Amino acid sequence: MTRTPTHCPYCALQCGQWIDRAGAVDAREFPTSRGGMCQKGWTSGRLLRHPERLTTPLVHGEPVSWDAALGYVADRLRAIRTEHGPDAVAVFGAGGLTNEKAYLLGKFARVALGTSQIDYNGRFCMSSAAAAGNRAFGIDRGLPFPVTDLAAADVVLLAGANPAETMPPLMGHLGEAALIVVDPRVSATAERAIATGGLHLQPVPGTDLVLALGMLHAAVVEGYVDTAYVAQRTTGFEEAWRIAAQWWPERAERVCGVAAADMRAAVALLARARNRYVLTGRGAEQHAHGVDTVTAWINVALVLGLPGRPGSGFGTITGQGNGQGGREHGQKADQLPGYRHITDPAARTHVASVWGVDPDALPGPGRSATELLNALGRPDGPRALLVFGSNVLVSAPDAGAVAERLAALDLLVVADVVPGETVRAADVVLPVAQWAEEEGTMTNLEGRVLRRRRALPPPPGVRTDLEIVAGLAEHLGVPGFPAHPAAVFEELRAASAGGPADYSGITYERLDAGEALHWPCPAEDHPGTPRLFLDRFAHPDGRARFVPVDHVAAAELPCPDYPLRATTGRVLTHYQSGAQTRRIAELVAVVPEAFVEVHPDTAARSGLADGDWARVASRRGSVRARVRCVPSLRTDTVFLPFHFGDDQAANRVTNPALDPVSRMPEFKVSAVRIEPERTAG
Amino acid sequence: MVVGHGMVGARLVEEIRRRDPRGEAVALTVVGAEARPAYNRVLLSTVLAGGLPSAVDLLPERWAQDWGVDARLGVSATAIGDGVLRTTDGDVPFDDLVLATGSRPRLPPVPGIEQGIPFRDLDDCERIVERARPGVRFAVLGGGLLGCEAARGLAERDVKVTLVHHRPHLMERQLDPFGGEVLAAALERLGVDVRLDTVAAEWDGGLHLADGSVLAADELVVATGVRPETGLAEAAGIIVDQGIIVDDRLATSRPRVHAIGDCAQHRGAVPGFVQPGWEQAAVLADLLTGADPAARYTGTRPVTRLKARGVDLAAVGAPAALAGADVLRFVDPAGGRYAALAMEGDRVVGGAVIGMPETAATMVQYFDTGAPAPSDRLGLLLGRLPATTVDPGRLPGAAIVCRCTTVTKSALVTAWRAGATSVAALRRATRAGTGCGSCTDTVCGLADWLAAADPDPIAEGAA
Repeated sequence: MTRTPTHCPYCALQCGQWIDRAGAVDAREFPTSRGGMCQKGWTSGRLLRHPERLTTPLVHGEPVSWDAALGYVADRLRAIRTEHGPDAVAVFGAGGLTNEKAYLLGKFARVALGTSQIDYNGRFCMSSAAAAGNRAFGIDRGLPFPVTDLAAADVVLLAGANPAETMPPLMGHLGEAALIVVDPRVSATAERAIATGGLHLQPVPGTDLVLALGMLHAAVVEGYVDTAYVAQRTTGFEEAWRIAAQWWPERAERVCGVAAADMRAAVALLARARNRYVLTGRGAEQHAHGVDTVTAWINVALVLGLPGRPGSGFGTITGQGNGQGGREHGQKADQLPGYRHITDPAARTHVASVWGVDPDALPGPGRSATELLNALGRPDGPRALLVFGSNVLVSAPDAGAVAERLAALDLLVVADVVPGETVRAADVVLPVAQWAEEEGTMTNLEGRVLRRRRALPPPPGVRTDLEIVAGLAEHLGVPGFPAHPAAVFEELRAASAGGPADYSGITYERLDAGEALHWPCPAEDHPGTPRLFLDRFAHPDGRARFVPVDHVAAAELPCPDYPLRATTGRVLTHYQSGAQTRRIAELVAVVPEAFVEVHPDTAARSGLADGDWARVASRRGSVRARVRCVPSLRTDTVFLPFHFGDDQAANRVTNPALDPVSRMPEFKVSAVRIEPERTAG
Repeated sequence: MVVGHGMVGARLVEEIRRRDPRGEAVALTVVGAEARPAYNRVLLSTVLAGGLPSAVDLLPERWAQDWGVDARLGVSATAIGDGVLRTTDGDVPFDDLVLATGSRPRLPPVPGIEQGIPFRDLDDCERIVERARPGVRFAVLGGGLLGCEAARGLAERDVKVTLVHHRPHLMERQLDPFGGEVLAAALERLGVDVRLDTVAAEWDGGLHLADGSVLAADELVVATGVRPETGLAEAAGIIVDQGIIVDDRLATSRPRVHAIGDCAQHRGAVPGFVQPGWEQAAVLADLLTGADPAARYTGTRPVTRLKARGVDLAAVGAPAALAGADVLRFVDPAGGRYAALAMEGDRVVGGAVIGMPETAATMVQYFDTGAPAPSDRLGLLLGRLPATTVDPGRLPGAAIVCRCTTVTKSALVTAWRAGATSVAALRRATRAGTGCGSCTDTVCGLADWLAAADPDPIAEGAA
């Protein structure tokens, strides 16, 4: 049977897949996945003809024709805009959308709706790492080198990353390296580090920055500074060191709980190796001081001379399938295509000329995701929201408050494939095609642009996101919104030309011919840029910047009423809000429901035993979860996976405190208590 | 106005400007006797040991200009008048005065001791380093924290070091006798000659001891402790005990005069370390700027951490606690390891740990937070759970072999019995090893084990 080469729908590793015309999935050799896939990828085809698949537009629960649905939405949007102004209409995108969709959605918001109110769920994912990367290196590409470079690593430090659980085939590249894993839990990745002679550093949640400062201090005192590199390729060391000098390892230990000796051992391991990498994940980033925490790790990498050196480097492991491309092409509140800034006059002029509009007609920056959701239905906030590819009722912090805000809207439109939690709250539901049913491009964690290909047609009655955006534009009477991915990509190329993330030299033909193209790729005869920073960093002076950062405590600390720290994360068999994976029986069989990891002593003190139903409560709300006693857990910490909905949604307890730079919420630390669930289900 | 530009005085300036960046609430004048910019004194032992070329400045280079501070360095305060501070550079008026005058060396009554080098400031440190040439014989007087750090640091410089302490064990203010013994042994192993119960009588280029013998030494480093610098306050009639008495607002007996750091005595305690002083600086900055009028300093739990390469030592609480009944203790003199944790119910109330870094970090956390310690006391004493290695043959059937695809051992055994009798066939049948590949060794091990346990599985399957 004919098989189509494409990539897995889930995470940013974008494992190679074959899909046949019946929707059967097989693994395909590809450099990032080395012919592997995790269980999510292997079972991804089960959702293509799932009985819960949405196949007809719904208006207030009633099936209607596409024309009626789009017409209704357009009329309502027009009316709301007339009454309340253009910013009364908001758009919420996703890091799982293709580049073409991310681009067209940004253009649709600014040109067809004239609203500044567009942001996306990447704000909950990559925003802290992106801001820190831009600040230090002048550009943000998750991995500034190909994933396959990691295979030659001698030592890899993973700060708040758990790829053994969240991106399993990546571990295949780390087989030869000694791992240093920073995680408050003995995660699957930490277990691997311990078993293979590496190190596990187990900080108190919310104190990772102090750990990095202590390690920077140790690096200086132990004589591991690459002084030639610091002198020639960086600026700002003195000021960063002045602060780190006040965090000698013994002082840092008292705050973060990691033994001073382990900080020294970790630094020595990194410093003495030939090929070494520092990589961050959401554990370091999802804090109210996530940008500074990532910066502290970058400073450690800089002092050791890693970024921009062949065989070594710093990077962040992007989460969502198109978490990289999704943050480059304009669905972010402050951004225009090509990773341009919306307040930059030259950027506005360039993009406006591609779009054929007056630069002054383009709106300015809008609210960030959490602020946007919090403003919905309020006097000065949006009254209508269009959601594409995101399940905000599960994935946004303080889920209870999000539900109230959605309910306060005049119009909620959700485009999705299955009836997830946010779909069930929608006034209008638009059924969309899945990955195997559409064409487009995705940009993976290493900045390589990949082709997503259609292996089979969507079910009758289902449209692609691009067709929906184009259809809405048509109903609104605004021209210039093609529905065909290749046509959209041609526009994206032109709009990104000259920007930091320059795709202008990338074409479907080159990708289909098998070329491995990493952005920037500014011309059709340009080979792309697999490795950034080898000669210079992207700041005007060509140097990387040490940014001085200091410790700030988590926004919410334990207190007598809420004496524990809750941290959130993932499990292997579920993806994000679980809207897809909770509908696949084989995955549900492995992890059927929300659980809470608790130290056995903490459980016993709360009157709980392994397997009991517990209620975990914070100042904002509570979540129901099955107790898993984990002796290796810190006694002051509980862990909740965030893939579950309704009363099992971990984000009912999380803190919407935001990072001042990235506007990332503090998912990773909230003060909670745990008690037996009386109305056990 | 801040008197004193050491670690705590400088910290106060930084904390105030963090809350009041443009100086709208507080106009600052700083008087400091040392002419050089404030430096990180805690790092002196690192400088002595050769880890750093010099101490590191605490404040940014242009702090005084950028923060709008009237900085008068190299100027000494001579008296506190009524709303005015008398200095060697003239009178300076103030509304609020903060004394952060620190401490000065406490010298025992030993003739000639003033000819030795104290180990207190950067000048002292530089003098010691200058004289620490290989082969030079150093005597270090005082076996407290600083003396031990100095002796260890000197030993790194290839000099001959003798540590002379008048008490029966080292660091007796932090350690119980067992701990003192293990510490002494650790220092001996690192090349420090430790003399306990040894009282100095005179220094005249050799160290005369009370028993009449003479310790041959070329240089003497004096680390016999410090006393709070309270002269200014005392002269002004402010109430002083060991240190300047302050309340939870860090106020002295005189209105609008405050004291923080080593010169201050709060609830009977004089810090001696930087951490309490820094915490006091944060509280006082909240109060002086009005950022948090309810801020109070309620004390810092006593945690001591020795900074000496090769000797990982932590002590919490008072050593007397370790003489109590509920004490977990591990003693390994040969290995140079020692851990003693005093418990009160499920709380850690005191302890001393040497050579067991994980235990030290864990102990400090439970002591600091007052959180209940794990009921697994052996785990507490070890600091972390030992890693376990698994023999695939002994895995239970429900154990997951391949995490990426959730394949259990029994699924692999079932597949083997159904005819998938090679690693490749097991992969195809179960997907085990098709994710990250890290379980390949386990799958191979299981295949070997199955082949050995089940010599002719195909024949059996066929039958």
